[in-house]
Amino acid sequence: MLLNPALAISAVLFTLGVLGVLLRRNAIVIFMCVELMLNAVNLTFVALAQSLGMGGQVFVFFVMAVAAAEAAVGLAIILAVYRHKQSVSLQNMNLLKDG
Amino acid sequence: MTETAVDQIWLAPALALLGFVLNGVLSLARPRAKTLVSVIGVGVLVASFVVALGVFRSFVGLHAEEPVVFRYWSWMPVGTLQVDFALQVDQLSTVMLLVVTGVGSLIHLFSVGYMKDDPGYARYFAYLNLFVFFMLVLVLGASFPVMFVGWEGVGLCSYLLIGFWFSDEANANAGRKAFIMNRIGDFGFMVAMFMIFWSTGSLDFVTVFAHAPTALVAGGTSITAITLFLFLGCTGKSAQIPLYTWLPDAMAGPTPVSALIHAATMVTAGVYLVARCNLLFAMAPVASAVVAGVGALTALFAATIALKQWDIKKVLAYSTISQLGYMFLGVGTGAISAGMFHLITHAFFKALLFLGSGSVIYALHRAYHHTHSHEDAQDMRNMGGLARYMPWTTALMWIATLAIAGVPPLSGFFSKDGILSAAFLRGTVQPVWLVFWALGLVTALLTAFYMTRLMIYTFHGPSRTGEQEQPHLHEAPWIMTGPLLVLGVLSAVGGVLNVPELIRGNAWLDRWLEPVVLPFSPHYGLSNSTEWLLIGIAVAVAVVGIVGAWRLLKPQQLVPARSAPEERGFARVLRNKWYVDEIYDALIVRPLVWFSREVLWKQVDQRAIDGAAVNGAARGARALGWANRWLQTGQVGMYVAVFVVGVLLLLWRAMS
Repeated sequence: MLLNPALAISAVLFTLGVLGVLLRRNAIVIFMCVELMLNAVNLTFVALAQSLGMGGQVFVFFVMAVAAAEAAVGLAIILAVYRHKQSVSLQNMNLLKDG
Repeated sequence: MTETAVDQIWLAPALALLGFVLNGVLSLARPRAKTLVSVIGVGVLVASFVVALGVFRSFVGLHAEEPVVFRYWSWMPVGTLQVDFALQVDQLSTVMLLVVTGVGSLIHLFSVGYMKDDPGYARYFAYLNLFVFFMLVLVLGASFPVMFVGWEGVGLCSYLLIGFWFSDEANANAGRKAFIMNRIGDFGFMVAMFMIFWSTGSLDFVTVFAHAPTALVAGGTSITAITLFLFLGCTGKSAQIPLYTWLPDAMAGPTPVSALIHAATMVTAGVYLVARCNLLFAMAPVASAVVAGVGALTALFAATIALKQWDIKKVLAYSTISQLGYMFLGVGTGAISAGMFHLITHAFFKALLFLGSGSVIYALHRAYHHTHSHEDAQDMRNMGGLARYMPWTTALMWIATLAIAGVPPLSGFFSKDGILSAAFLRGTVQPVWLVFWALGLVTALLTAFYMTRLMIYTFHGPSRTGEQEQPHLHEAPWIMTGPLLVLGVLSAVGGVLNVPELIRGNAWLDRWLEPVVLPFSPHYGLSNSTEWLLIGIAVAVAVVGIVGAWRLLKPQQLVPARSAPEERGFARVLRNKWYVDEIYDALIVRPLVWFSREVLWKQVDQRAIDGAAVNGAARGARALGWANRWLQTGQVGMYVAVFVVGVLLLLWRAMS
């Protein structure tokens, strides 16, 4: 079976997602990287479902549903931020910092 | 078992409680309905006296050797601790039942006249009824906890009634003092209860007394501790050394209250407790000696103070403490029925004395009221020559005085002689009791002296009441003199209850109490001639006291209170009650207040709790935030980085 290659791809995708979140400043790109991480996890679920039963596949559907909801809310927030600040760069979002 | 009047025993306390509820409601809703309040207040007591008589009659008919216990409901079912709300009818409780309801009825009746013009009339009767209810629970309770409910309840009512005129701060303080002193005693009672349960596994009287001889070693440490703790409770409730100081202050309450609570019934609860637990005390000779010794000492000590008091009620208060000391001498000696006998006769003549003094105060108060004078209506220096205005009160008070002094054939003679000869009898075996006997004898002398002093200063000699007031002095109305008359008869003939066999009496009370009390050691035999000698000594002492007072005191030289000089020397020490209140104040109250203020308040509360703990926690939280604020950069990227590093660390921990 193709278990190990699938897990390897998943790991690579996840790492790319993490790095993207860490290094990029554009909110939309970060958002896409989060989606990338979710899908990497989905891939792991599906791959492992081959050997460990159908539970993993069911879980993938849940993750997709949550991701869709998150996309709706997240994009809305980003739009709202953009209207407010004329920018989607995270560098400018430091209102929580003291002083 | 067939239906008898004994089964209706619950009616006696229930009626008093009903009176409390009705009068309590009236005092809130219709405080002016005095007639209704009187009818309810006195009516329930008379009804409960009738119940008591019925119970007594049918109990006599039962010839019961065992107590009859009625269990009404389960009160504290906790594991092996099973306490029911139960009432016990036996020889001891029926006697107390009759005294409480009988004397109580007379005092309630007297109160109708005495409190007539008081704005708190309904409240007064509500409290008085509540008191009788708790007193009946106390004497009828079939277990220590039920008795304790009554014990605390009468303490509460005592507090409420001492501070009845609470708008005057001194009265409120007197109430508080009584309450606090009694708390110390109650601590002893509770510890004793815990220890009794620990060693016998029960708190019901019947079970405890059945198990005690096997569960406890006679003369052992635990029985001695139990009985001494019980006695600590008694010293509080029955005003013995060292906790007696609340009783004289308790005279701040209305006079009928002093008669009922602080002379006839509540303060005798301690004697009743010792009598009830006589089996336990018999097993602890050391504790018995302590009881008898404290009793004898208190009797003498209080009698010396009574010698120099000017307030008529204070004299009687110290006299009560002194007579309670006699009772403890009796029950501590093991002569339970002699102690109980003195309890009964004392209830008669001391109630009479208090009510008589109430009549006097009432008369003087009204006379002063007429002339708008503000003299002290209780100070004997303002009295004198009242026999001319109040012949009935004078005659009846004389009966009580002779009775308390121990002049035959009045009631006090028999009961006091019973106690003294019991102490002497035990002294033939254990010499320390001879000391107690001697103390008792000296007390008898002083008793005769101070009571005669009270009578001379109050009723005889020239009048020191003002010229304008004298025409307004009158005998009290019949509703007040009537109860006095009944008590006078009882004080005079009360001795027939227990005429000793020596003078061909039938010793009725001794034989009546036989099923519930251990017999007073029959092996202390005395020849008849010695007993006659003892009686002779006691009578001689009483006569010496009375005649001595009559010869030595010169009422002609007294001046009214406002112009009286200060006493000097030893008289001043006695006048100031041996400075016991001041000593307690200096040794206990002040150090306690100082410790509470300087240490507990300023150090522990303000510094440790408020400063270190409460504000310290707040300061700590702020400092922690200040120290870690550099983490909060506002850069989401950095938070994510930290998060990722954290996850990696966790993963690494999980893998390795």
